[in-house]
Amino acid sequence: MPVITYRDALNQALREEMQRDDRVFLMGEEVAVYQGAYKVSKGLLQEFGEMRVVDTPITELGFAGVGVGAAMVGLRPVIEFMTWNFALLAIDQVVNSAAKMLYMSGGQYHIPIVFRGPNGAALQLSAQHSQAWESWLAHIPGLKVVSPGTPYDAKGLLKTAIRDDNPVIMLEGEMLYNTKGEVPEEEYTIPLGKADLKREGEHCSIITYGKSALLAMQVADALVKEDIRVDVVDLRTIRPMDVEAITTSVRKTNRAVVLEEGWEFCGVGSQIVDYIQRECFDDLDAPVVRVHQADVPMPYAKNLEKAAKPDVQKSIAAVKKVMYLE
Amino acid sequence: MAKKKSETRPQSEAGDVDASTRTALLRLMLLQRRFEERCAEAYALGRIGGFCHLYIGQEACGTGAISVLRPDDYVITTYRDHGQALARGISPRAIMAELFGRSDGVARGKGGSMHLFDRNVNFLGGHGIVGGHVPIGTGVGFAIKYRGGDQVCVCFMGESVVNTGAFHEALNMAGLWKLPVVYIIENNRYGMGTSLERASAIHDIYQRGAAYDMPRGVVDGQDVLEVRKSVSEAVHRARTESMPTLLEVRTYRFMGHSMSDAVSGTYRTKQELDEYMKRDPINVLRMQMEALGETDDARMAAMDDEVKAEVQDAWDFAEASPEPALESLFEDVLVDSST
Repeated sequence: MPVITYRDALNQALREEMQRDDRVFLMGEEVAVYQGAYKVSKGLLQEFGEMRVVDTPITELGFAGVGVGAAMVGLRPVIEFMTWNFALLAIDQVVNSAAKMLYMSGGQYHIPIVFRGPNGAALQLSAQHSQAWESWLAHIPGLKVVSPGTPYDAKGLLKTAIRDDNPVIMLEGEMLYNTKGEVPEEEYTIPLGKADLKREGEHCSIITYGKSALLAMQVADALVKEDIRVDVVDLRTIRPMDVEAITTSVRKTNRAVVLEEGWEFCGVGSQIVDYIQRECFDDLDAPVVRVHQADVPMPYAKNLEKAAKPDVQKSIAAVKKVMYLE
Repeated sequence: MAKKKSETRPQSEAGDVDASTRTALLRLMLLQRRFEERCAEAYALGRIGGFCHLYIGQEACGTGAISVLRPDDYVITTYRDHGQALARGISPRAIMAELFGRSDGVARGKGGSMHLFDRNVNFLGGHGIVGGHVPIGTGVGFAIKYRGGDQVCVCFMGESVVNTGAFHEALNMAGLWKLPVVYIIENNRYGMGTSLERASAIHDIYQRGAAYDMPRGVVDGQDVLEVRKSVSEAVHRARTESMPTLLEVRTYRFMGHSMSDAVSGTYRTKQELDEYMKRDPINVLRMQMEALGETDDARMAAMDDEVKAEVQDAWDFAEASPEPALESLFEDVLVDSST
């Protein structure tokens, strides 16, 4: 099976879906002539032309709304945000327009749109460029939120997201674009709302998604050397959430660590913990422990940034804590 | 055939107005007036809740503009949307039922006064965030151009919208990409209680179109025939040249901003209101038609009786319509997607 980067997996998904359906177009800053700020759209302008691969002015609120309008009357836009940090300028269109149009029109206008781009911290980009927005977005009824951690998942989920008739948020990662993995040559899609068990073990469940799934796999592989075997439940989709995958794993291991990039307060992890306490109260042998970013804006200095982010050591410590090993 | 018709010169299209068109415009404005007078009554009785923004005084804007559109064109607007919805041909019954929060409402009771939508007539909604719908209307224009069609999107807004970032971002793209959108600013002089002069650095706001290299103009918004003429030219330009236009239609709101504030309020004088009410758009057209012998007191009274009966029918329909089923609470959050 070919091994390709996460970036190329996304590129393949876009190309295939644009070939498949001429209502699909890509719009955003630097997606066309520049070939994408992170080269996700490399070659697409040449293949599909400037009507379908559209460079915009720096105007997130404006082009997010243009996407919503185009979706309202039958097109299927893919709107790229150079990063989700910039998408805050467009949040009115994502929340008030895209997510609510179907409901407030009494079911008349659905919005088949994908808003995508990198989410979460990269390296030393400091406070305004290092944020994980999933809890904001997953809070909103009317949105689906997808956060793939591997090239295989990225391609399969983006293809499904583009075919979905609802607004789908696709959270990628700057630090993920260069990561590699196996992606089959033949066509495939991955349903939204289905988790993937990335590692199997009986001692503890690590529940996670997105870039943190890579971290969780490293944690699982490191713990094997200490004869601790963990489930890594990669949710892949945050909303709708695969609650059954979570409860199945926790009922097996009786212990859970919830790992996410974002802040603790009102984070996605708190929702996961809520599902666990409701569905698995009698199965738990220890309180659930959460691993997350420190509750501060991201600092610039290398050592402070490292201290703020979740990492392998913190996650291993969390697993050992729920196993009462430390 | 439709295409051929759109290629007629705009002047002749606007000049085409005959007695029957004038009568239809008069009736449509009168329908909006009587409909909204009953809305105010229904609000006082608690039949209508939430926010309710009346269009009384501004009827010529939407009526004149929408009268030149084809059925396959698009209309998008703000939360002050009852009049335009009626002008676009949404049934008074479905609108009143929506305002009453009933299941036969045009949005099944999910939207209310501020969010009237009707896919059957390409009415893309009343939108509640000032400026938020302007990029959406621009996206509709983008989709028309993308598909190579000759439709037009008319995007209504109040004058306070021009101070939002969304307006600037959207019109810049429309000018840059030459999208077939007609932006109509209904300048009723006040954004809630803040006058244009206290909110905008320039007061001839149609001049903002210069920043986007966009054809622009100002229109007397109390004269439905003037509105019709100007919008007709703009629509023609959008349809045949794919060029956007920014039109400032100068009008006045005869009622408060919504139902919670007094009609004149702290921000304008009774005297100013009285002065503007002398140019009631319905009377302006009526007088033009009387001069042409196309209406008189008796014919006006007959039309009024007919319109009032239509509004009463809408009220009765709304009142008889059931409340939405509780199961509908969770419907239409997401579409069932086959994927």
